[in-house]
Amino acid sequence: MNIIAFLSSAIRFSAVFLFGSTGETITEKSGHLNLGTPGIMCMGAIGGCVGANIYVSNANTIHAVPAILLPLLFALLFAGLTGLLYCFLTVSLRSNQNVTGLMITTFGVGLAKFIKADLGESVDAAIGAVCTHFRNLFPFADNLGWFGEIFFSYGILVYLAIAVAVATAIILKKTRVGLHLRAVGENPATADAAGINVTAYRYTATVVGSAVSGLGGLFFIFDYMGAWDSGLTSTEALGWLAVALVIFTVWKPDLGILGSILFSALYLLPNFVEVSFAMRDLFNMLPYIVTIVVLVLTSMRKKRESQPPANLGLNYFREER
Amino acid sequence: MHKIERPMRDPLFHISKRDDMSWKKRFLLRGGVILFSFLFTGILSWILIGVDPFTFIGKLFEGTFGTSRRIWLLLRNLAILLCIALALAPAFKMRFWNIGAEGQVLMGGLATAICMYYLGDKLPEPVVWLFMVVAGILAGALWAVIPAICKAYWNTNETLFTLMMNYVAIQLVSFFTNVWVKDGSGVLKNATHLNGIKLPELGNPYLLTLLVAVLLTVGMFIYLKYSKHGYELSVVGESENTARYIGINVKKVIIRTMALSGAICGITGVLLVGAINGSVTTATVGGQGFTGIIVSWLGKFNPGFMVLTSFLVIFLDRGTGQLNLTNNAFPAIVTGIVIFFIIGCEFFISYRLKFRKKKKQEGEVLQTEDAPAAEQTEEAKERNLLQKIGDGAKNCVLTAARGVKKGALFIGNQTAKAFRKGKDLFKKKPKEKAEETQTEKEEEDV
Repeated sequence: MNIIAFLSSAIRFSAVFLFGSTGETITEKSGHLNLGTPGIMCMGAIGGCVGANIYVSNANTIHAVPAILLPLLFALLFAGLTGLLYCFLTVSLRSNQNVTGLMITTFGVGLAKFIKADLGESVDAAIGAVCTHFRNLFPFADNLGWFGEIFFSYGILVYLAIAVAVATAIILKKTRVGLHLRAVGENPATADAAGINVTAYRYTATVVGSAVSGLGGLFFIFDYMGAWDSGLTSTEALGWLAVALVIFTVWKPDLGILGSILFSALYLLPNFVEVSFAMRDLFNMLPYIVTIVVLVLTSMRKKRESQPPANLGLNYFREER
Repeated sequence: MHKIERPMRDPLFHISKRDDMSWKKRFLLRGGVILFSFLFTGILSWILIGVDPFTFIGKLFEGTFGTSRRIWLLLRNLAILLCIALALAPAFKMRFWNIGAEGQVLMGGLATAICMYYLGDKLPEPVVWLFMVVAGILAGALWAVIPAICKAYWNTNETLFTLMMNYVAIQLVSFFTNVWVKDGSGVLKNATHLNGIKLPELGNPYLLTLLVAVLLTVGMFIYLKYSKHGYELSVVGESENTARYIGINVKKVIIRTMALSGAICGITGVLLVGAINGSVTTATVGGQGFTGIIVSWLGKFNPGFMVLTSFLVIFLDRGTGQLNLTNNAFPAIVTGIVIFFIIGCEFFISYRLKFRKKKKQEGEVLQTEDAPAAEQTEEAKERNLLQKIGDGAKNCVLTAARGVKKGALFIGNQTAKAFRKGKDLFKKKPKEKAEETQTEKEEEDV
């Protein structure tokens, strides 16, 4: 087994989980358990495809900057809009979060498939034309041996994922906005009494979180696969793993960087060791089992820093006692 | 923060809780919303796939009731979805968010398949049936009891726990399939691998499933409404403290209810694997564990309503499935939109919107409201209420229309601007026209 190659592909693939879990952490900190994350990631992926298609069919020569920016913007837009739909139903119409979230997943996956089929074959060519720009941000990485392979061999989205995770961690821990957001997730009634606009925080956090999660789908299609995931099954399964990762990292995006590398290492391990198909299934089970163990252990230890937001999954209605 | 004092303004509307809507009105509102959502999806299908609304709705009915085989398939799917929804009802009534039905059903199915594989050639078939049913129920219950115990003793978040258990179950099924199937195809066949065992057919292959579903519906209705257990779990759901105060053993109730929930999921798994499919794959449940949650919630955890809601979901699924589209993702969109509408409509049933009134009118309204309400006859009250609802609806529609108009103008302007800009940047090609309509459709969807 080639350790360097394994490590570098684990770090590269970790961006899917990192985007997904950072977005979901932002959302969950506001008290929204968004089970629509897999659907939102699929919407992010198709958003990227729409962006790429628009660019490739209009541009004569393909330049790196717009080729990355346009899919990125569309992915953010599509995922954010799906998050907005979730928010409208749960915050404004006060529907059950679990039900709405699951519906968003079904709907998002369906809509993504539909749009893909509607766009037709030209998208595949567009993805192929654009995806090279998503990879290998630093061309000099090849000259640096193992050092370059581990630190500089990735596309722009991997670095963006780490940057977003670090920024989220700082905002949550060190700023007033982060404090308010956490207050809204822990006890919205108290936050409301303190003059924090609960609705605005919940809307913003969920839409921003969804947009970030959507980039996970974009990364998976444009950087990792370089082609459309025809069944969208892997994108959906990765979305659920991202939700699991949020628990695994006890709602801390900075821990998420390491956690996502661990998850992607577990996910990719069967590709690097010679194992039978049956063993591969047991390997694939590991991330979930590890998450369950962490979930149970944190609830047994009752350490205050590692608990879920107290109001996770509950809607806030001012006039309800 | 110090801000310049501004004159206080009432918000545009405020929301208050209501529980005074009569069941007739609720029924009408729900029915109306469902009809409206059908029409809406019909119009959407017109725009997106070129099937006009009336043909679309006609096709829905033809697709579900067209032939006797289609009716049987409808009944089969209905029965399975209903069983899952019924299994979830007691857990949800206890406010235990069991998202793990998918895994519990799958584990029931896997246990059934294990019995078929290892015992099928050693014991007579009726004995194997018995083992299948018992093993399926136990496996389903086990998969539900593990999170329940953690919830009862350490207050572990059950939503996340049960969600994870789904994927462990899926991987276990995949593991066993790969162990059993030696030729590497990954397809488990009833005749070659599972000794050709199938649960007895009662004249029709789906009749057994249907009977079980009917029995479960009646049984669950009685259990929730008339049994002591049913009462206890609803008290735990309303308030754990109250339950503890009146001497209910909360831990016991949580574990017992989840065992029941998992056991019924297990039975569903036995039916799916033993009677319907004859084999188990990772896609045996096919997301119905999640759909069951929606069905159960929409049916207000009442077995009678759940029959209706699961019928609605299966009707949409089967109906749009028969449209023979090249684009096979359309059913998911239709189901999604209809359910979003229903979810949205629930808000208007349990909450009341009061719009801001103009200052002058406010005085008048206050005067009328000041008049002793007790003297109003029942009829007048009813009329008053209707009037208010009518006004509310009118206001709602007007504001919505205004909003839509504004939004459409804004989106139109922005897209026009964007495309004008795009034109300068790149050379325009005829393809753009198609994209333009595409993005517009997008915005309509959301």
